[in-house]
Amino acid sequence: MAIDPLLKLLAQKARYTHQELADLLSLSEAEVAAKIVDYEVNGTILGYQTMINPELAGDTQVSAFIEVKLTPERDGGFDRVAMRIAKFDQVDACYLMSGGYDLNVVVIGADLLEVARFVSEKLSTIEGVISTATHFKLKTYKKNGLLYSIDEPEGRLSVAP
Amino acid sequence: MDYSNKISTQVASVPRSGIRDFFELVQGREDVISLGVGEPDFATPWHIREAAIYSLEKGQTSYTSNLGLLKLRKLISEYVSEFFKVDYSSETDIIVAVGVSEAIDLALRALINPGDEVIYHEPCYVSYSPSIVMAHGVAIPVATTKEDDFALKAEALEKVITPKSRVLMLNFPTNPTGAIAPREDLEKIAALCIKHDLIVLTDEIYSELIYDDEVPHTSIASLPGMKERCILLHGFSKAFAMTGFRLGYACGPAPLIDAMMKIHQYSMLCAPMTSQVAAIEALQNGAKAVAEMKASYHQRRDYMVRRLNEMGIDCHLPGGAFYVFPDIRKFGMKSKEFAMRLLEATDVAAVPGDAFGDSGEGFLRCCYATSMEQIVEAMNRMEQFVESL
Repeated sequence: MAIDPLLKLLAQKARYTHQELADLLSLSEAEVAAKIVDYEVNGTILGYQTMINPELAGDTQVSAFIEVKLTPERDGGFDRVAMRIAKFDQVDACYLMSGGYDLNVVVIGADLLEVARFVSEKLSTIEGVISTATHFKLKTYKKNGLLYSIDEPEGRLSVAP
Repeated sequence: MDYSNKISTQVASVPRSGIRDFFELVQGREDVISLGVGEPDFATPWHIREAAIYSLEKGQTSYTSNLGLLKLRKLISEYVSEFFKVDYSSETDIIVAVGVSEAIDLALRALINPGDEVIYHEPCYVSYSPSIVMAHGVAIPVATTKEDDFALKAEALEKVITPKSRVLMLNFPTNPTGAIAPREDLEKIAALCIKHDLIVLTDEIYSELIYDDEVPHTSIASLPGMKERCILLHGFSKAFAMTGFRLGYACGPAPLIDAMMKIHQYSMLCAPMTSQVAAIEALQNGAKAVAEMKASYHQRRDYMVRRLNEMGIDCHLPGGAFYVFPDIRKFGMKSKEFAMRLLEATDVAAVPGDAFGDSGEGFLRCCYATSMEQIVEAMNRMEQFVESL
């Protein structure tokens, strides 16, 4: 099934107005509004966020990518423990992985100590967690499809054949 | 020194490009929203640029075969077979050139004797008439009209065919009108070409950019009996957003390609290897990017046509390329005057239609390969301008 072009546009830029979306998709503004409400209600659209470059915003938070090994459960495999971990505010993202470990948990904290405390006091003490390996992020080059530096291309000629 | 008698008659007879004049006017101004470009607003997809960079790192900086890298020609052969439904041998029937522009020049010089007539439809790409003249041919335009959606009609074509007619140049989808050629029209044109023994030079550079999926692109070369008398020209500039790589190709009967190769080998030697390597990557892995760019052009075309019509500028819905060609005749101004006044009043640049031949008089070329924000602003400004008239 092909993804609705409306969702593709919103995934690129959440701030499109209904009028702009209507223009791009040859729909009426009311049709766009109705579709968006449907998507929000049925959970297809989870939310709208702004991508911020933390360096420029003066944000000094630290992030860590944590490899977590789990003991799977008879009913539900990894899901119950994974959701339990994901619900912590400190957890920015949580993925079930193939390969050498089970969960990839992205944790954000004010500083190194805060992340370390979360890992040692919360994450690693959860029943079912066998081990953790914490990797701190040093720099972001690209996230959600957006590069963290803006290289301006050479301008096109203003008139060309 | 008097240089006027030092320039060849052929070159001296070619007038200055109307686009160049307009370009110089626009260059002097700041904050212009330009609908006057003839190229994609996308940078070349990164995977293609990266392949070019990698080839440089590996030191692939030599000449290639005159015809182009065999691997590229094989991929072109496969692509053309699938997309245009015509089969060409990668060994003998394909030459890689520095853009379709070079391929046009090669073909015309290879085909024309002094005084031979070359027919082309107008409004058309700015290089056709000068290229014919510089190849010592006689340029014979056939006007196409808005009433026919700027398609070339066989009846109009037949009227200009003479015993001196040697070549017919076609360009569908068309720069500047966005016109496409319905299959029925092409069939009639093909019959005339066979009847009058014309070689067809068909420039199909915009053929991926056709927006009605129900009616796929038809190449005249794919019609029965036409492959032997067609040179199919295509390239990477438009669909793959690779204008600056300057890479195109010609496919045709081996004797014609061989004749073109004779000129190419002494003038250009070969197309740049870096661009050829990039083109290999484009053909192998570029389809997704092409589809995404096309979807974006489609949205912008629909918007621009709707806005122009809403503000009272009559604009047909073009089937392909990335231009609209609105009709401004009802405002009682020549194209140049309209474009100049629009530029002065609103800082929106659109190319006067007469830059593309006499039959473009009364029209403007507006390119929608520009960001949506800029298009919206340009349309708002044009609307105010039209209200002020």
